[in-house]
Amino acid sequence: MAKFICFMIIVILAPLLFEGGYIMNVLVFAGINTMLAIALNLLLGYAGQISLGHAGFFGIGAYLSGIMTTVFNLNPWFVISAASVATGLFAFLLGFPVLKLKGHYLAMATLGLGIIIYIIFNETIDYTGGPSGLSGIPQLSVGSFVFDSDIRNYYLVWGVTVVIMLLALNLSESRVGRALRAIHDSEIAARVVGINTRLLKVQIFAVSAMISSVAGSLYAHSVTFISPASFGFNFSVELLTMVVIGGLGSIYGSFLGALLLTLLPEFLRGANDYDIVIYGALLMLMLMFMPGGLARGIPELLNRFKNSLKGSGNA
Amino acid sequence: MLEVSGITQVFSGVTALDNVSFSVSKNAVTGIIGPNGAGKTTLFNIITGIYSQTSGKVFMEKRDISGFPPEKLAKLGLVRTFQNIELFGSMTAIENVMLGMHVRSAGGIAACSLKMPWISREERRVSEEALYWLDFTGISDIGSVTAGNLPFGKGRVLEIARAIASRPRIILMDEPAAGLNSQETILLAGLILKIRDLGITVILVEHDMELVMDICDRIIVLNLGTKLAEGSPRDIQENPEVITAYLGDDRE
Repeated sequence: MAKFICFMIIVILAPLLFEGGYIMNVLVFAGINTMLAIALNLLLGYAGQISLGHAGFFGIGAYLSGIMTTVFNLNPWFVISAASVATGLFAFLLGFPVLKLKGHYLAMATLGLGIIIYIIFNETIDYTGGPSGLSGIPQLSVGSFVFDSDIRNYYLVWGVTVVIMLLALNLSESRVGRALRAIHDSEIAARVVGINTRLLKVQIFAVSAMISSVAGSLYAHSVTFISPASFGFNFSVELLTMVVIGGLGSIYGSFLGALLLTLLPEFLRGANDYDIVIYGALLMLMLMFMPGGLARGIPELLNRFKNSLKGSGNA
Repeated sequence: MLEVSGITQVFSGVTALDNVSFSVSKNAVTGIIGPNGAGKTTLFNIITGIYSQTSGKVFMEKRDISGFPPEKLAKLGLVRTFQNIELFGSMTAIENVMLGMHVRSAGGIAACSLKMPWISREERRVSEEALYWLDFTGISDIGSVTAGNLPFGKGRVLEIARAIASRPRIILMDEPAAGLNSQETILLAGLILKIRDLGITVILVEHDMELVMDICDRIIVLNLGTKLAEGSPRDIQENPEVITAYLGDDRE
């Protein structure tokens, strides 16, 4: 709990350090990516089921929000919740056949799912605007208060992220979290202790899709313009990287991974054409020296540092 | 308690089990023995819902449980252990036992995410009772050890602790003494009798004859997929057909 309060204080105070500016805008995306990484981590890090199509669920949330508010003029807050439920239901029904698959086959199936969703965004031009995108999505508002600046969007997005994080932490430390990890360790043993592994996998897949959909809706309302390019295979892989770099099976790790992978490209911008090379090299080094991800790697590093300080003090 | 009726299992043309029937009485230890390839493990996998049989039925207290998946059987009170130990390797011993109590606790995704007050109470109850089962099986010293790091013998006991934490009515153990040293086997024998005294029906497949003859109330002998004999340990030891199956026939 102390850890969570620290996290909340950091989230609340962070804008004071940056005084608006471009970095605030990046931090809004970091919040959205944190939600997505947590969603994927529940599925991959806890239940051990891979998905290479999560950008698709993110996109469904974004497009449902975009279309329902621009074309059908529905209340955006209502649409966010309805889209989340619809995406969850879609994932639930889809999960029964798809999650029967294991390992590489599951990766291929979810990859295909992501690509199909991407193609639908591109081809249903009447609703989505196709490759040229959907613009004019209204900003969210409460009464006359409109979330129209980066700082306001920051608190909106991170407010939701903090809530999702708390729920995910509760879940991961509970009976259900234990059952999810059990599936990861040994599916046959999980079944023998009475866990309905098939149903639980589908349920967590649906929950993961619901969170992704909320992230998508918030993304659509904060940037006001969406196009299919943001929801393609590349982004699914980026999410996967966030989860792995952050640490599989660690909710705080997902936060660290999402933050790092969102900020890193911005810091590397100065390196001109070499940024992508440095980016790749850093990720490789991190996986080599922190195979457990940031969530386990950083405490280990701190410990080693402390010990070496102690060692030199004694000498 | 448990009745197996006319079980036949054919694996792509090979008959692993041929019309095997027997019944197991309540509160007793029943041993299933037989030479390698007799079909013991196949029979176990059918009873516990891992395989589905070609034909035949399994009844638990007169209820037809043929073809029930393992998770449903666990809820009805039929659990098993594995010859090669199937633990949750990344979790601690106590978490493994807590998972054994999964069917005896409540809380879905929504309630757990919201951490309802009763969820915390439930969690405390489960962890306290898990300690009891670790103590019952004599491994309370390893509660916080990661299961994947346990020595084989302790892992086996932990798997049994996890199984009985669900308070089953029937427990099936697949070669519980395999890989144990003689000291560990003696402790295991004591533990199995202690489990029987809880009112749990024990069925075991075992190669260790000394253990089987010591603790079983009744023995069923399988050979080449058929039931060869059934009776008390003494009957079995004196049964000429059983002796032939194990030692071969020297009249040729």
